[in-house]
Amino acid sequence: MHRRGWLDRAVMLSVGLTLAVTPIASQSRTYRAPRTADGKPNFNGIWQALNEAHWDIESHAAAPSPVLELGAAHAVPGGLGIVDGTIPYKPEALTKKRENHANRLKLDPEIKCYLPGVPRANYMPYPFQIIQGSEYIMMLYTFAGAVRTVYMDNHKDAPADSWMGWSNGHWEGETLVVDTKGFNGQTWFDRAGNFHSDALHVVERYTATSPDHLLYEATLEDPNVFTRPWKISMLLYRRLDKNTQIMEFRCVEFVEELMYGHLRKPPPRSPSEGGVTR
Amino acid sequence: MSQRFRAGSGFVIAAMLSGLATMSVAGQSRATAKAYTAPRTPDGQPDLQGIWTNNTFTPLERPKGVTKEFYTREEALEVIKRATLVESEQTEPGTVADVHYDFTQFGLDRSQETMALNLRTSLIVDPPAGRLPPLSVEGQRRAADRAAARKARGGTHDAVQNEPLGARCILMDRNGPPMLAGAYNNGYQIMQAPGYVMILTEMLHDARIIPLDGRPHLPANVRQWTGSYRGRWEGQTLVVETTNLTDKFAFQGASENMRLIERFTRTAEDTILYRFTVEDPATWTSPWSAEVPWKRTTGPIFEHACHEGNYGLYNTLAGARAEEKKAAGEAEKKETSK
Repeated sequence: MHRRGWLDRAVMLSVGLTLAVTPIASQSRTYRAPRTADGKPNFNGIWQALNEAHWDIESHAAAPSPVLELGAAHAVPGGLGIVDGTIPYKPEALTKKRENHANRLKLDPEIKCYLPGVPRANYMPYPFQIIQGSEYIMMLYTFAGAVRTVYMDNHKDAPADSWMGWSNGHWEGETLVVDTKGFNGQTWFDRAGNFHSDALHVVERYTATSPDHLLYEATLEDPNVFTRPWKISMLLYRRLDKNTQIMEFRCVEFVEELMYGHLRKPPPRSPSEGGVTR
Repeated sequence: MSQRFRAGSGFVIAAMLSGLATMSVAGQSRATAKAYTAPRTPDGQPDLQGIWTNNTFTPLERPKGVTKEFYTREEALEVIKRATLVESEQTEPGTVADVHYDFTQFGLDRSQETMALNLRTSLIVDPPAGRLPPLSVEGQRRAADRAAARKARGGTHDAVQNEPLGARCILMDRNGPPMLAGAYNNGYQIMQAPGYVMILTEMLHDARIIPLDGRPHLPANVRQWTGSYRGRWEGQTLVVETTNLTDKFAFQGASENMRLIERFTRTAEDTILYRFTVEDPATWTSPWSAEVPWKRTTGPIFEHACHEGNYGLYNTLAGARAEEKKAAGEAEKKETSK
């Protein structure tokens, strides 16, 4: 059996010591991602978050499903959250967040198959694909077929407000930095009712930490809702399953009865019920 | 105000038609098509990237009374001019029954957007008559079955599920696949990465991420609105095969077993020739093919959040219920006054 030499052991020891004192964000500096043809870190691939943030981006204990009939199958799993600390809501905004949570079955835009916004799209429990070019980087999501175009040159302000916002990107060494504004203020962060206004400004940082992991960090700012900027971070995992692909999830069809069922033509009343005969 | 707009739209039409005079004729000459070689992407694919439009006034099927395959340039310009004037009339309040949209907001989209001058009298190139081939016996039977099923479901506005797919923001009939143009939102953005071609359709922000690695189609039981699509390069041409479609979509009355072959060839710096063949013996007596040039245009493509802002659908259904209620009330009044 191969015995490790002193040099190997010394290297391992020094790596171990470095890791022990280095916060997660700067670990990425030890990894250099493969390059695209234009020399940028290559993030092409199908990625997915593996956490419970889609239920609640803050740390939370397990909780029952909001829908009685779904029992344990749709109960909320506990999670450590992706927020650095707690979300610094203004007092009136915290009240609204609680109202959102109480009325989430009525108010959560996810339930209506609305475009999920940013950063929510990135940690929904579905894969998304990055197609990377020099001028644009596309982020193509499973949920509602949401699409983000990240403009890598020709940066502009949002021409109008939108659900997914207007994203301008640039590279800082190993890190893709995406600056997104121009939101319409109608999206949420999660199923727990965490929300923002149309003044939301998100700055995301994507950094490869291995061939199959991206460290995702974002700073969120919205003076209408929060007292200060705050941060989230999590990992994105490459989907390595054979032939994996983004499957169609055209959820509009799944929510039509929920949204418009009450507008269905009622069955004709019989004459005995006072109906008009024709 | 409408007077002012009319003056404005007149100006737009004049500008647009003067632009047409200098339009290059796209996708007509096979010889030219062969002469152009597209640049390559870094991974060696012919480069189709950019923002394109398949905007056209050319109908899928040759209009009745037209017998030739190509118009002259002058005739084609006249057809576009007439069509532009018809669409501009819609910007006059009260000239069309459909007030679903404010036409002054978008009624001239098609004539103001980039458009290749297509001399063809129809998009269908095969059969040579420029019209869909006859329905097969099975196709006729299915068309009758579908019509009966539609009737059994009740009126179009009886329930959301009876409304056309486009009104529901699920899929526009023309967006397919195959990808055809309509009155507006005819933009496409193509990007290529190693192993993939991605085509983003402006309408309904539909993205097709087409794998080029020769992987098998989706399992036969997995049916999707836009099917299972797989691509490969044949020389200069991207060939995309689509199967696994659903019975709910039924492009031009097709069955779910329709097989679609699309071919994208860059024929000039600013033109992609898009040609497709539909094979569906369960519907038509022969395969049929159509082609339309895509012209380079300027971006950006903006988010088209159709479902999220679908007040039209809500109002249509709510309006239908309100009218029924009103009619029932009047009928009751009549009963009691008897």
